[in-house]
Amino acid sequence: MLKKLIVFLLIATLGYTLAVTLSSIPIGKNRIGSIENPETVAAYYLDKSPNDLKVANTITAVVVNFRGFDTLGEVSVLFLAATGLASILYRKEEEEEEENIRHISHRLNLPSSSLVQTGAKILFPLIIVLGIYVFIHGHLTPGGGFQGGAIIATGFLLMLVSYKGFETNHKVMVWLESLAGLGFVGVGVFGLVKYGSFLQNTGWTGNLNDLISGGLIPLIYIFVGIKVATELTNILDILLNIKPRKK
Amino acid sequence: MMDFQTLFEQNIEIITIAVYGTAIALIVIGLYAVLMKKHLVKIVIGLSIMDAGIHLLFVAVGYISGGTAPIFSPGSENAATTMVDPVPQALVLTAIVIGFAVTALALSLVIRLYKHHHTANIDQLNSLKW
Amino acid sequence: MAILIFLIVMAIILIAAAIYSIMQKDLLFAVLGTGVVSLVLSIFFYMLQAPDVAITEAAIGIALTTIIFIITIRNTTRDENKYNDDHINKFKTKKDA
Repeated sequence: MLKKLIVFLLIATLGYTLAVTLSSIPIGKNRIGSIENPETVAAYYLDKSPNDLKVANTITAVVVNFRGFDTLGEVSVLFLAATGLASILYRKEEEEEEENIRHISHRLNLPSSSLVQTGAKILFPLIIVLGIYVFIHGHLTPGGGFQGGAIIATGFLLMLVSYKGFETNHKVMVWLESLAGLGFVGVGVFGLVKYGSFLQNTGWTGNLNDLISGGLIPLIYIFVGIKVATELTNILDILLNIKPRKK
Repeated sequence: MMDFQTLFEQNIEIITIAVYGTAIALIVIGLYAVLMKKHLVKIVIGLSIMDAGIHLLFVAVGYISGGTAPIFSPGSENAATTMVDPVPQALVLTAIVIGFAVTALALSLVIRLYKHHHTANIDQLNSLKW
Repeated sequence: MAILIFLIVMAIILIAAAIYSIMQKDLLFAVLGTGVVSLVLSIFFYMLQAPDVAITEAAIGIALTTIIFIITIRNTTRDENKYNDDHINKFKTKKDA
């Protein structure tokens, strides 16, 4: 009873504080100022992105260029999460034999129907192509490495769920992930060596709204897309195959 | 047909309650689940609902009435004055991906705890209690 | 005016789905409730002029998060109130022996 009261008080305090704070932040008001008279950093980004970097999607410019180091850290966090997941769920064979796993319904281990299998087979390449399109055009249209990677992971998820024996090639996955991460760091080191700061963009940027524009930004987002796709697929693969390892 | 700007200004209280109120409600509901529920999966569900509310709050604070998405299309290269704030959107973009990684890690811990203790109820996971 | 009514209906669906997924005892339906929360949230992001965030939320929130919750439920229990006493007793006796 006391716990309920304390929780209720805590929640009421939190809700009241948020409501009072947000009542002084009117929705829809222009807080970024104009380009000549900037009030926040957003005005600077909106000015620099189309004029200096020639990137049509300002969010891509913020994620990859202005906050590029942050993105590198985030991709590393994703990699660490996948590694932690694998090490937590790893188990020895004899450990598995001791525990009974009868609470897992046997119905779930049956293969899916041929309707689902045929549909998945037709949809899988289309989903992969959509994901690749999304991260190649990340600097022009809504989308980018994270979105494209997530879409590709959903394609692999469809195959993993539909086919019981579907396995991703671990060697290819490991190589792709390592090369993508190395490519990201390599682009950063290229900027460090040539222009004097990590992840510095090249001077050549092309024209606004061209596919090849924005200097190194499309290249970095392609690396991010491959890395996110392989990491999310790895997480799903580990979680869907919780069973002892065959030696 | 009223134009969007006047419609927004006339009904600004309703829109404020609908957007900010939803975000606050999601945060509060998620916190309630984290504090009061007994099942570990329910607690992780509460965490993800709280996450959703915070993301909505961030994007709503960056919104500008009548603004367009911060993407320059051919023919509108000088449209920067009518665009919404891109910084909260970039932050939320990364936060969603990190939130997925955190959820996956938490759920793997739940699976491991269940395999070891044969329960996912926090009242029974009391081997460290004294 | 239509967009205002749409916004209010979406807000009500969002809060209702969140409360449903917290209160539902069957965890599978609770997880599907969080899927509905993510779906409506991505419509919200689109209406707030954030298409990038909407795509991310649609791919990750609806598909990937829901499926890892379902995998977890498959490996644990589906009923929230199930205490699994027989399992606990077996575990304790095994440890004591």
